[in-house]
Amino acid sequence: MLKYTIRRLIAIIPVLLGLLVLISLLIEFIPGDPARVMLGQHVSEEALEILRERMGLNRPFIVRFGIYLGNLFRGDWGTSIREGRPILTILAERIPATFELSLAAMIVSSVVGIAIGILSAYRQYSVLDYTGMFIALVGISMPVFWLGLMMIYVFSLVVPILPFGGRLTTGVALNSVTGFYVLDAIVTGNGPALGDVLKHLVMPAIALGTIPMAIITRMTRSSMLEVLRQDYINTARAKGLASRVVVLRHAFKNALIPVVTVVGLNFGVLLGGAILTETVFAWPGLGTWLLDSIYARDYPAVQGGVLFIGAAFILINLLVDLSYAWINPKVKYD
Amino acid sequence: MRMFRRSWIALLAIALVFGLAAVAQQQGGTLIFARGGDSVRLDPADITDGESVKVCQNIFNTLYEFDLGTSSVHPALATGYEVSEDGLEWTFFLREGVMFHPWGDNASYEMTAEDVVFTFARQYDENHPYHEGDFAYWGYMYNYITNAEAVDDYTVKFTLSRPSAPNLLNLSCFTAMIVSKRAMEDMGVEAFRNNPVGTGPFKFVSWTRGSEIVLERFDGYWNAPYPYLDGVVFRVIPEEQARLIALKAGEIDIMDSVTPDNAPLIEDDANLTLLEAPGLNVGYVAMNQMVEPFDNILVRLAVNHAVDKQMLVDTFYKGRGEPAVNPMPSNLWGWNDEIVDYEYNPELARAFLAAAGYPDGFDTELWYMPVFRDYFPQPKLIAQAIQAQLADVGIRAELVTFEWGTYLEKTEAGEHPMAMLGWMGDNGDPDNFIYVLLDKDSATVGSAGNIAFYINDTLHDLNIAAQIVSDVDTRIGLYKAAQVIIHGDAPWLTVATANRMVGVRSYVQDYDLNPVVKGRMEFVWRNDL
Repeated sequence: MLKYTIRRLIAIIPVLLGLLVLISLLIEFIPGDPARVMLGQHVSEEALEILRERMGLNRPFIVRFGIYLGNLFRGDWGTSIREGRPILTILAERIPATFELSLAAMIVSSVVGIAIGILSAYRQYSVLDYTGMFIALVGISMPVFWLGLMMIYVFSLVVPILPFGGRLTTGVALNSVTGFYVLDAIVTGNGPALGDVLKHLVMPAIALGTIPMAIITRMTRSSMLEVLRQDYINTARAKGLASRVVVLRHAFKNALIPVVTVVGLNFGVLLGGAILTETVFAWPGLGTWLLDSIYARDYPAVQGGVLFIGAAFILINLLVDLSYAWINPKVKYD
Repeated sequence: MRMFRRSWIALLAIALVFGLAAVAQQQGGTLIFARGGDSVRLDPADITDGESVKVCQNIFNTLYEFDLGTSSVHPALATGYEVSEDGLEWTFFLREGVMFHPWGDNASYEMTAEDVVFTFARQYDENHPYHEGDFAYWGYMYNYITNAEAVDDYTVKFTLSRPSAPNLLNLSCFTAMIVSKRAMEDMGVEAFRNNPVGTGPFKFVSWTRGSEIVLERFDGYWNAPYPYLDGVVFRVIPEEQARLIALKAGEIDIMDSVTPDNAPLIEDDANLTLLEAPGLNVGYVAMNQMVEPFDNILVRLAVNHAVDKQMLVDTFYKGRGEPAVNPMPSNLWGWNDEIVDYEYNPELARAFLAAAGYPDGFDTELWYMPVFRDYFPQPKLIAQAIQAQLADVGIRAELVTFEWGTYLEKTEAGEHPMAMLGWMGDNGDPDNFIYVLLDKDSATVGSAGNIAFYINDTLHDLNIAAQIVSDVDTRIGLYKAAQVIIHGDAPWLTVATANRMVGVRSYVQDYDLNPVVKGRMEFVWRNDL
């Protein structure tokens, strides 16, 4: 298993390299002068020329890319042209916010999705099943943007029990060491801050989790149905085991692999920056930063952001694959 | 009788005290100002975006500053100035006792001429050790300043390469905000961008990127008793509807950038006040005189008579603006109120086209902006409306657009027949509109600000004269004459000036909706304390 893991980790490098080349070429072909886009209308030609020089736009793409790669291997991810700050510093600020939101969304969607999926499979074609599938349909069809705004309207204005957005109420003291506010609040024993942070997480996590929840529900249901039809399930029932034990201990564990795959993949997607949710809930995450960087043609920022997202996605996939061995002892990696 | 007089006097005194107390500004409280995007940097010499300007506005001061609500200026960090006869030397006398904010372990210190010289020298001198950044606005608006020197601790002399009447207004704008030399030398430029030190009413406390910037009252501020507030928080709420809900819920106190659709929702709420004022902007359709048939005045007049601007303002600006008559907004000094706009008259438009040799009209393109701005809130829809009205008189215009950077490049290169564009004023001077947008100096192919490529030598002479002369009344006369010429030549279809709107909770008092200055919280106070 260790050899397999190491092999997979080494294989990340060419994949990320390919991704970098692709993204760098794509942004190269976006029309428009990046210097002009960054500085706007109220600017002199000299300033534009100076910025073009600084962005390296007067050099061929291959030279620029080569220099970027060389710096990357030395651990230098470059400096944001727009903000004038190291990309790694910016990523360190943004990643915890997105990670925390994505994790919360996945927890909500997994718990709800798996529960509904199991119930639906167990009571196939019942009212419970149809209700579950209807919830899944609504979840996957509901535009996140609209759902978010509706939730803010209801729970921040009509029945004001939750904050409208952001991660923390202005004025609430929190010593943020890691950037993961929930963790920071727990570690520093800051109860009021923990409560405040969790309240801020509720709506965006639910809004962001609806689509993954729908997918997980459907996948759990179909996977469970397949397993429940197996002979060993009938055997277990024939042996007199309680339904709950049959479903949860025997059927569910065998149905888990496709579900874990979907959960993992969705987590990777969410880590890519839930732009709409972050925008609606004023969540200072990776998605909005990356979008602003693309609009501003901030090449180093876009490259750095995509590199991180690509690496995160690949690593999560690896973890998902490794988890199969834990779930199913018959799965072995050499 | 004596007793009656004493009681009467006592009553009067009590009434006076209560009367004064009723209007007295209250010290204290914090306000949350919500905007649609985060600031990018807080080094005022190196910013171009409005969100950075709004925050810097509260941390720094300039030598002169804009009055409340207008584009006139008054002394601030300087108490006065002198201009040499040839207009090439401007000497400013600095206010004594102005203190910079403390930073880190460093105490507050008094601003002197060396801080002022540092502020400017690092911008114009490429070899300056702190010349780090793009300094986009310097080249565009200040490159006539070639030197700044400290005559003594409280006197600074600027040397200009040419006379510039707008110089005082330019020195009141954000690029000329005075920074702390010692703080920048202590921490370096990159750190200063994230931890600015100025002389302003509020000092920087913290910046949680993408979330909020916290400022607190600077007790050593030179312009006592301001500020009234204990602190200001600039929050980022990208989505306008979320911003509106937050305002209604009382979670924020000021909502920036209210669009026409949401304005009535604020006006109808008893807890909120909509602040509205004409913006310093103009939206227009430039007709490129390098491209036929727009070199023909009769065609340009036909276009001006073919479009119903009031309908455009009513429909797309929801009445929150006004049809533009002149190429500068009506709230700007020097606006010529005697010019009568071209009336909406399709018959007359057709007659002009026929006289120009196009009785059956002609085919052309109308370029529209891919991004919205205050002056064109819905560019594509406005373009479609204009297209329909032009078609009505026989001008068949195909709608064309490009990505924004490309759009600017191509219009500056004069590749368009007709193109929508606009302008937001920088310094509250007519020169910033008329010279930048319509003078022949600005008609260089490849970098044109004058995308109508309109050349008029008389207009040019008026513009240059107005740049040299310092007497305001003379300048007003020159600009009024300039507007008459421009109106006669009709290089544009001037469309509209949009209002600026900000929503506030009703307890927010004296927020300055200044045409030039944005986000200034110095004079704001709460009446609910």
